[in-house]
Amino acid sequence: MTTYWIKNVSILGGQPTNLVLNEGRIGHIGDLRGVSSDDGVEEIDGTGLIALPGLVDLHTHLREPGREDAETVESGTRAAAMGGFTAVHAMANTEPVADTAGVVEQVWRLGREAGYCDVYPVGAVTVGLAGQQLAELGAMADSAARVRVFSDDGKCVSDAVLMRRALEYVKAFDGVVAQHAQEPRLTEGAQMNEGELSGRLGLAGWPAVAEEAIIARDVLLAEHVGSRLHVCHVSTAGSVELIRWAKGKGVQVTAEACPHHLLLTDDLAATYDPIYKVNPPLRSTADAEALRAGLADGTIDIVATDHAPHPLEDKDCEWAAAAFGMLGLETALSIVQQTMVDTGLLDWAGVAERMSYAPARIGRVSDVQGRPIVAGEPANVVLYDPRATRVVDPAESQSLSRNTPYRGMELPGRVVATFLRGKATVLDGKIQ
Amino acid sequence: MPAHPQHVPPSPTTDSPTSGPQASADISRVVLDDSDITRALTRIAHEILERNKGAADLVLLGIPTRGVPLAERIAARIAAVEGQDVPVGSLDVTMYRDDLRMKPARALLPTQIPASGIDGRTVVLVDDVLFSGRTIRAALDALNDIGRPRAVQLAVLVDRGHRELPIRADFVGKNLPTSLLERVKVSLGGIDEVDAVTIQGPATGEVTA
Amino acid sequence: MKRHLLSTADLSRDDAELILATAAELRELADRPIKKLPALRGRTVVNLFFEDSTRTRISFEAAAKRLSADVINFAAKGSSLSKGESLKDTALTLEAMGADAVVVRHGASGAPHRLAHSGWVRSNVVNAGDGTHEHPTQALLDAFTMVRHLGGSGAKPSLDGRRVVIVGDVLHSRVARSNALLLNTLGAEVTLVAPPTLLPVGVESWPVETSYDLDAVIPKADAVMMLRVQRERMSGGFFPTAREYSRRYGLDGRRMATLQDHTIVMHPGPMVRGMEITADVADSDRSVIVEQVTNGVAVRMAVLYLLLGGSEPAVGGEE
Repeated sequence: MTTYWIKNVSILGGQPTNLVLNEGRIGHIGDLRGVSSDDGVEEIDGTGLIALPGLVDLHTHLREPGREDAETVESGTRAAAMGGFTAVHAMANTEPVADTAGVVEQVWRLGREAGYCDVYPVGAVTVGLAGQQLAELGAMADSAARVRVFSDDGKCVSDAVLMRRALEYVKAFDGVVAQHAQEPRLTEGAQMNEGELSGRLGLAGWPAVAEEAIIARDVLLAEHVGSRLHVCHVSTAGSVELIRWAKGKGVQVTAEACPHHLLLTDDLAATYDPIYKVNPPLRSTADAEALRAGLADGTIDIVATDHAPHPLEDKDCEWAAAAFGMLGLETALSIVQQTMVDTGLLDWAGVAERMSYAPARIGRVSDVQGRPIVAGEPANVVLYDPRATRVVDPAESQSLSRNTPYRGMELPGRVVATFLRGKATVLDGKIQ
Repeated sequence: MPAHPQHVPPSPTTDSPTSGPQASADISRVVLDDSDITRALTRIAHEILERNKGAADLVLLGIPTRGVPLAERIAARIAAVEGQDVPVGSLDVTMYRDDLRMKPARALLPTQIPASGIDGRTVVLVDDVLFSGRTIRAALDALNDIGRPRAVQLAVLVDRGHRELPIRADFVGKNLPTSLLERVKVSLGGIDEVDAVTIQGPATGEVTA
Repeated sequence: MKRHLLSTADLSRDDAELILATAAELRELADRPIKKLPALRGRTVVNLFFEDSTRTRISFEAAAKRLSADVINFAAKGSSLSKGESLKDTALTLEAMGADAVVVRHGASGAPHRLAHSGWVRSNVVNAGDGTHEHPTQALLDAFTMVRHLGGSGAKPSLDGRRVVIVGDVLHSRVARSNALLLNTLGAEVTLVAPPTLLPVGVESWPVETSYDLDAVIPKADAVMMLRVQRERMSGGFFPTAREYSRRYGLDGRRMATLQDHTIVMHPGPMVRGMEITADVADSDRSVIVEQVTNGVAVRMAVLYLLLGGSEPAVGGEE
């Protein structure tokens, strides 16, 4: 295995130093005099680069099995590596649904074979995401995939009793239910954030209360049964308030925000271009600001991408006919830099917490992922150049899909290298 | 948004060449004043009556914008002479113009056909300036879609020459030889401040009078 | 260059006045023996209808034919929503046919906008009704009808100071959206009347007044426009029963008696008699519902002429 000497690199934005990756681990940090170079060393000039722990995404759609036209485990994890990720949690809404040990083991194995990222399958809460009957959560937990995160993402576990049972049941194996908070009756046919613009555009509105009502119910349920709850893709200011309140009460709730909700707002729907159609929908500027503030003060624990690839024909159509979702893995870190770091809301240590340590803890994978950059730890490291800029070109994506809402936008920063247990998955900004 | 076609009020310039020096460098001279115009219209009215042996079955159709008040003035003179009202209307030719596709879509101007219609009647088209003849060609096409007159005649205040089609006027207020670089401007009270026909042209002095 | 008519919000007052003035000239054509003008000779207008709407389609067809355009009617069976041919493929087909203008009716809000801005076609796009968004030519013909009855004697078409009351399912009505914007542009004071469940969120930012009380507003109205209310809204829980709706928001003889003498009654059609309007009102002297249809052809002629007649369009708000 190649040994890397990364010279003059700034770990989490600190003073420049040298970082050695050796035998899959972080071998040494600091002065390189006296460090053995017997095995042959590849040197990387880290000047101007920031080293971050390998990013962990708690919310990725890899589409395999079933929609290999949109994404595969291999293509999705290549995109993840390009975005600085060393681990992704693959959502369960595949075809077939990841609601059995067999499917989650298949996804897990595909991830191992591809080798770009650790792939942690998310198990479905209910059979077929149908919201009727609990899936075999224990079997998935006990499988080779060691599932700890369960979610019907794409659909809400709207039945209060079922949600209660799921929250209780996963305690047996320290699992967490990641809820897609969307009250189904309030969002029938919904197309975009409900507000002045939805009324004007004649697109059915998606009220904030449809998200907030479920979050309010779920944090009370989680408190009542003493379980862990994770709230997926928080999108409204009211949701942030509710989670802040619940945390204040000591409820075991964690929450994620997506990069697109931090940066983009609902006015983009006026283009009627479904590239901006996403679930939950893009919200108002006030909502985006509340998400940023919540992420900064820790109310929102993590950034998760909700990377949702779709083939061209599912977006190259009228708004109502289009699929929900947007790509996110390759642009997430840049958008966090733009919205959180460049604005002074978060430092790089804060980014490491919200994009690596915390998601690994929530997903119960922090034994191997989301580790600090200190000697002896697994060499899961990203080298990031925050001073670079780039114009997003969908054609350059490693994803099989092209549905990025950032097309043509200039974003700050560039992932120069990603190391998964010491092996470079990205080097010189190129997939390996 | 392109500049709006103006319909109210209309530009005072009619039938001008499409290019040429701008007014700032131009000289302008009056070739017909109000009394000249009055005399010319009176003469035209008499000529129309003479040619048609009276006012029976006559219909005057002015081509907007300035053909319409001219038609009304001629009709008033005919009424004064004959003691008989002649139906007067207007005929917009915009949609029949052969250069419709060469400019932004233009506002339509009023077409008002007298209730008596034009079938079997003698229609006298009235316009301010006869130039290339293309407007009159369009007017003949427009008439064709409205009815079948017994005859069509043409009265113009000014004939400035430079015909591009085999069209001539039956009644002419004044023949005005002009250069293609010049512009003929007709002003009429009611639309403009005064009655006058002026020529605007380059200040080079080479223009023939 | 402005090329499309997608929303009445795109029309400035000058634009709206020009369309209405042009329509007024073209309206006279209906009384002539030869109802045809040569302005669009050699141009191809495609009526692309993803939703059945015979009345709107026929109106556009008559308008285009009276301007001598070639007309192709394209009734797309099922949109991509129902996994038929996609909007994009249909658009590419029309482009290949050399359509100069596409008149599009679609069940999805924004579909004409997509057609105009996707790069799939170069044609001018006219929105003939999209989902619950807009129906600009309907609003133009409504305004035209109001101007003829209420417009005063000014040189320009205007509804300055006129009070228009629009009653019914505003939430789902593209006609209401287009009218609210256009009538405001033309100077009218618009009041939307509906049960609170049938007013859109954010309506307070529209340039209109709103009311839940029909009896309170109609005595001052100069025009009352009744919107169709589909019975299936009842099952959506927007109101309890058809009878309660009619009692509170229907226009019947009793309410008609409270109108001013000059007030006109309008309906974009198709009417649900007995629901939002009673037969005696629909057939009364105040009703201009049939005239709206006649005026529709003139207004659509004006729109097609101003978009297609010259080297570039004279109206419209879209790049």
